[in-house]
Amino acid sequence: MKRLIIKNGIVADPLSRTEVKRDICIEDGIIRGAGNGTGDFKKSRSADIKIINADGLYVLPGLIDMHVHLREPGYEYKETIKSGMEAAVSGGFTSICCMPNTNPPNDSASVNNYIINKSKEAGLINLFPIGAISRGLKGENLSDIGELKESGAVAISDDGNPVSDTSLLARAMLYAKTFGLPVISHSEDLSLRGKGVMNEGFTSQALGVAGIPSIAEEIAIERDIGLAKYYGAKLHIAHVSTAGSVDVIRRAKKEGVDVTCETCPHYFTLTEESLLNYNTNAKINPPLRTGRDILAVKEGLVDRTIDVIASDHAPHSEDEKDTTLDNAPFGIIGLQTLLPLTFKLYAEKRLFLHDIARLVSQNPARILNLSGRGGIKEGYAGDITIVDVRKKWKFSENKIKSLSKNSPFIGMDFTGIAVYVIVSGNVISAN
Amino acid sequence: MSLKKDLISIKDLTKSDIYSFIETAKEFKKISLKDIKKVPTLRGKTVINLFYEPSTRTRSSFEIAQKRLSADSLNIAISQSSVTKGETLKDTILNLESMKPDAFVIRHHESGAPYFISKITKASVINAGDGINEHPTQTLLDIMTVMEEKKDISSLKVAIIGDISHSRVARSDIFGLSMLGADIYIYGPYSLLPVTGFKDIPNVRIAKGFKEAVKNADVIIMLRIQKERAGYHFIPSIEEYRNFFKLTPELLSLASKGVMVLHPGPVNRDVEISGSIINRDKTFIFKQVENGIAVRMACLYMLLGVQKSLEPDI
Amino acid sequence: MEEVLLFDNFATKEILLGLTDDILREPLDFNNVSIIGIKEGGVPIAGFIRDEIKKKFGILCETGFIDMTLYRDDPFNVKKSVGSTELSFDVNGKIVILVDDVIMSGRTVRAAIDQIFDFGRPQSIKLAVFIDKGGRELPICPDFTGKKVRAAKKEIIYVNIEGKEKSVKKVIKK
Repeated sequence: MKRLIIKNGIVADPLSRTEVKRDICIEDGIIRGAGNGTGDFKKSRSADIKIINADGLYVLPGLIDMHVHLREPGYEYKETIKSGMEAAVSGGFTSICCMPNTNPPNDSASVNNYIINKSKEAGLINLFPIGAISRGLKGENLSDIGELKESGAVAISDDGNPVSDTSLLARAMLYAKTFGLPVISHSEDLSLRGKGVMNEGFTSQALGVAGIPSIAEEIAIERDIGLAKYYGAKLHIAHVSTAGSVDVIRRAKKEGVDVTCETCPHYFTLTEESLLNYNTNAKINPPLRTGRDILAVKEGLVDRTIDVIASDHAPHSEDEKDTTLDNAPFGIIGLQTLLPLTFKLYAEKRLFLHDIARLVSQNPARILNLSGRGGIKEGYAGDITIVDVRKKWKFSENKIKSLSKNSPFIGMDFTGIAVYVIVSGNVISAN
Repeated sequence: MSLKKDLISIKDLTKSDIYSFIETAKEFKKISLKDIKKVPTLRGKTVINLFYEPSTRTRSSFEIAQKRLSADSLNIAISQSSVTKGETLKDTILNLESMKPDAFVIRHHESGAPYFISKITKASVINAGDGINEHPTQTLLDIMTVMEEKKDISSLKVAIIGDISHSRVARSDIFGLSMLGADIYIYGPYSLLPVTGFKDIPNVRIAKGFKEAVKNADVIIMLRIQKERAGYHFIPSIEEYRNFFKLTPELLSLASKGVMVLHPGPVNRDVEISGSIINRDKTFIFKQVENGIAVRMACLYMLLGVQKSLEPDI
Repeated sequence: MEEVLLFDNFATKEILLGLTDDILREPLDFNNVSIIGIKEGGVPIAGFIRDEIKKKFGILCETGFIDMTLYRDDPFNVKKSVGSTELSFDVNGKIVILVDDVIMSGRTVRAAIDQIFDFGRPQSIKLAVFIDKGGRELPICPDFTGKKVRAAKKEIIYVNIEGKEKSVKKVIKK
């Protein structure tokens, strides 16, 4: 029997919503108990006991990033499954979910199996693929959703390519419901986005570039929630970025619609002004918005309108980003910056650590039906993230584990970092 | 008996109407077993078979039923008719009405067409399938086939699997079997189930999975999946449908020992049902076809009888 | 409605025995005789005749029943449900004794003969009726008659020979 004991750490548990100092025992990859001293665990003699002293550290259930773009297969120069996983470890994640916009897109069991096999080869952390809603992400015909589920997909999404055909999205929701698979919607009205490259407002005006109106996101979220409500289907809305979106979702939840949503750290950290100087490393979709939107997103996180914080990690090579704002692709990396940026909300006393555990572990697990994950509880998988919330550090380019360096946060000072990532009882040093 | 001159919907029938159709059909079934497969009962009656949709089984079944009752039948294939020259449905019927038919047998791609026709003709109208609405004679023959094997319908668990939204067979079967008290379990992809569910119909529920639907089932009714459904986003592909919604021998083994497998035909072998199941004696698909003739004879006989009783006594 | 008892238990039995006696005295090859009762009234009489033949000659004649509704010249007028026809034997080459309780117009017998011919070609058909009410509309004449009774078309004759108390009643509809 293999046993791991985490001693003296403060356990931030989203299930009990407490932060209490206690020890945790993981036996053969499964959480076996949590007590006040190590006494309970010493009873049985075992050949292989490992002890981690977490004195002064916080112990969180293994963090889950439910919105990551790994670029394999197809764009291995931007990111591979292995490099993405290494970045995730450094970011404190024990599980990540990869979006299907690879080449070929993940719309079938064969691509799904390829991704899962590659992740097993890398062998670092858990990877749960998200399958495509439509064949080839073309928005025309449903992909073989049952087959995707059977081969291990945990959700379906056409992230990056909003589903314009309303009937396709409606039937995807219904068909996926048959298999208990959630639909993750990139809600955006493409006709309103037009050729926009950043938030439509004073800054886009100042820069003289085409804007993406906030209403393009809000109107699409209204539609998608309307569908979920009408058809009684489960819907998760990706990367919520505007005050209006938060309002729409808050209202829907009050009405009892089965909708959940996520935001990303950049939407509660940066504004559209990051794009001054035509900074392509701040070009992202949905675009960075305004101070008012940041406040609304923070409120949404506090009042639980927003369920999840995810990174929307979207690597692009230096050459691709080293161009005009119009020409550069949308997207920034985020696996390593999610946790420190989220700790800012802890420092602002908006969130407790058990709230962060809820937003980055418990809720993603619940939404994606990852049973036995998202909490610290007897019988759960031995996935743990241990963090140091006081450690001060600078996010410099050489710390980036991703193959791509497209981050607007390079050079920023952070407080708090992941120390250990434990996956099924196996300890990996994060930083 | 509450019978009208027409058979448009199973919902128009009472429990005892259904049973008297079946009882009568049992007698008519014997006629098909004789050397001389004919009785003179409908001598001199004219029945027009008006098929706006292609059909082999239902049309030949009705035609044989008419011939075995000595009725004169007239088949109008729409592709060769004046409909192709732009004639409206109403005008077509009024013209045919002038030829004094005693009954119309209607198959139409539009739901409600037989009802519309019944309002403008004195002849009896039999619905041989309208759009995605109903197919009452199919339900009567399904019930007859089940009753030949199982005595008490109300004690049965019936699973109906597949494209419920677009199946007139499913709708009529659900109405009919629910009326007779069977416990009905529906299963299929949610994209092919009615959004409203079945809360308004007693004893009908949507199963959470294929296994729940067929477990201990006494009757399993498999529906035909139309290949076009994939094109309209209802299902991803026929391959996927086959992988998740096909009745396999493994699933069938969960059903009750004397399970009956029905299918309205035409069957997509190895799409909605494994070919090996059809080849075994658990399927009653060919029994259904045989009973179809008897049921349609009973319908023609009983409806023309009602029509006669409505005529003024001279 | 007025009901008149025509024959009581004793008299009814006498008529039945007389009818059977006539049949038994006929020089028929009883080994080749089949009996067909017209439903419903002919059924018990056919059974009675079969039993008497068995008693006298030790021959059990094949017996069947027909419901001729579908062969009527007015198939929808009388009743709407179709009764069961049970003819499990081959009628080809048989001497068929066709049995009914009451004959009037002869239309029922005509339909029954048509129906038998759809099952095969008997050598001959003999007609035995319990009560001949008269009022024939077709040229049909019974070979064996229990009793002739005068009655108008409106007057219906009910024959009851099942059970202990046998009777023949006339009901006059007013």
